Amino acid sequence: MIKNYFLRHAQVFFYSLGQLTRTPVATLLTMAVIGITLALPAGLYVAIDNIQRLARGWEDNGQISLFLKQDVSVAAAEKLSNKIRRTPGVAWVDYISREAALAEFKRLSGFGEALKALDSNPLPAVLIVHPSPAYANPDALQTLLKELRHYNEVDIAQLDLEWVRRLHAMLDLAQQSVFILAAGLGLAVLLIIGNTIRLAVLNRRDEIEITKLIGGTNAFIRRPFLYAGTLQGLLGAIFAWLLLALALLLLSTPIQNLASLYGSQFEAESLSFLATLALIGIGGLLGWLGSRLAVGRHLRAIEPR
Amino acid sequence: MTMINFAHVAKRYPGGFDALRNINLNIDAGEMAFITGHSGAGKSTLLKLITAIERPSRGEATVNGKNLLRLPRRRIPYFRRDIGIIFQDHKLLFDRTVYDNVALPLIVTGADQKEIPRRVRAALEMVGLLDKERMYPVTLSGGEQQRVGIARAVVNKPPLLLADEPTGNLDSALSDEILDLFLGFHHHGVTVLIATHDWHLIDRARQRIIELKQGELLRDTGQKK
Ligand SMILES: Nc1ncnc2c1ncn2[C@@H]1O[C@H](COP(=O)(O)OP(=O)(O)OP(=O)(O)O)[C@@H](O)[C@H]1O
Ligand SMILES: [Mg+2]
Repeated sequence: MIKNYFLRHAQVFFYSLGQLTRTPVATLLTMAVIGITLALPAGLYVAIDNIQRLARGWEDNGQISLFLKQDVSVAAAEKLSNKIRRTPGVAWVDYISREAALAEFKRLSGFGEALKALDSNPLPAVLIVHPSPAYANPDALQTLLKELRHYNEVDIAQLDLEWVRRLHAMLDLAQQSVFILAAGLGLAVLLIIGNTIRLAVLNRRDEIEITKLIGGTNAFIRRPFLYAGTLQGLLGAIFAWLLLALALLLLSTPIQNLASLYGSQFEAESLSFLATLALIGIGGLLGWLGSRLAVGRHLRAIEPR
Repeated sequence: MTMINFAHVAKRYPGGFDALRNINLNIDAGEMAFITGHSGAGKSTLLKLITAIERPSRGEATVNGKNLLRLPRRRIPYFRRDIGIIFQDHKLLFDRTVYDNVALPLIVTGADQKEIPRRVRAALEMVGLLDKERMYPVTLSGGEQQRVGIARAVVNKPPLLLADEPTGNLDSALSDEILDLFLGFHHHGVTVLIATHDWHLIDRARQRIIELKQGELLRDTGQKK
């Protein structure tokens, strides 16, 4: 009995597949439309994912600036610098003396003459702490920052990561937008599949009417259409994946060129295995849902007369 | 045992036309009867009530033990599986072979896969089309198409067989062949109901005659003794 059930479903599956191959142009067109519609949000997702990976690389360059109090002597500053260098998580420390800081400020600001009027140097000495690679993530940097802030000599401790954070905030926003876009385009796929299935139902009007006359249940009549819709969704998702792979293949050389200009080994990555499964799963689900909604509505209208 | 029982049945179509009025009718299991009358008398309407394509507007109607007024929509497919229906226009699927057309009722009812070929061939043999199973309906003559329709109607061995103008487009020799098929089913205990205005057929069959006129029962020769 169970074997019979699966056999019957397999028959309907291959029948539906056969129906799709019987109209190859229409099937390919539907597949392409669904593929492009799905490839759009998936492509944006891949782009944002890659930028996020890239930005994580920039976080590695995060550094902590320690502005020392005015009354800290050069000797004390150098002593502190040596102490911090031995702190776990610190790779090296740059010491910028008050004089060096002033000289740089004069050079960069163009206020050289005005500053000469001051009788004392208003700028503090700075220790720039570079974390070791293992500590190059936002959480570890925050912990290190708290630790360094407690030294008496330190006036202000600052993490130079603000712009990276802003970038992350923007990327988060972009990601949310992609999800909203994906929802909208998912609805479009639903409508596309709903429409092709609607046409298929109307094309097979006679067959549906006859099947009802010989005692076919609605579930029986629905089955091939649900398989057809699901198959089209799956094929569309596979097409979307191929489009993404093609786009990435075309872009990989320019991306590598750009990365090498920045001395980076960065390589763009496509969808992960799980994300690929999700894409194909969503395609199939949309196909099933779209055909279910369309068939349910139109089947009721076709009754034998 | 009663197969079809109508008591004071009326059918008014949307729009207000009374296609059937006050029909009282009892047909026992295993009987054979012809429904006749002028065009528009209500013959097809009567068959549509029996197959639950249309619902009675008034009266009590029971078919094969089911009350037609209280039959839920979702039970209709199961109800129809006990009725073989034959149409004047055959209603075959033109994109499938003769074999697949005849197998359709078995597939619809989820019959055992191993049983299907045997039963399809038995039905095709009964109507004399065993050698045409691989052909498509368009390549068959009108009489052959009608016999495919008959094979499809009987492949499930339904206890009730209905035919609406089954010989409408056929010459008298072919009509006689079709009639012989129906008589054969009747002799095997199937209840057979045929709507026709082909008097040649009715005279030859010598069975019960139910005549309609403008939606009313004009004459019923009653159960054949
Ligand atoms: N769906 C419908 N809506 C409205 N009126 C209908 C409908 N179906 C049939 N009728 C009317 O009901 C009457 C009986 O129709 P029916 O088809 O039962 O006649 P019939 O005896 O089968 O005729 P024929 O020999 O021409 O097939 C006709 O006058 C027809 O116009
Ligand atoms: Mg008629």
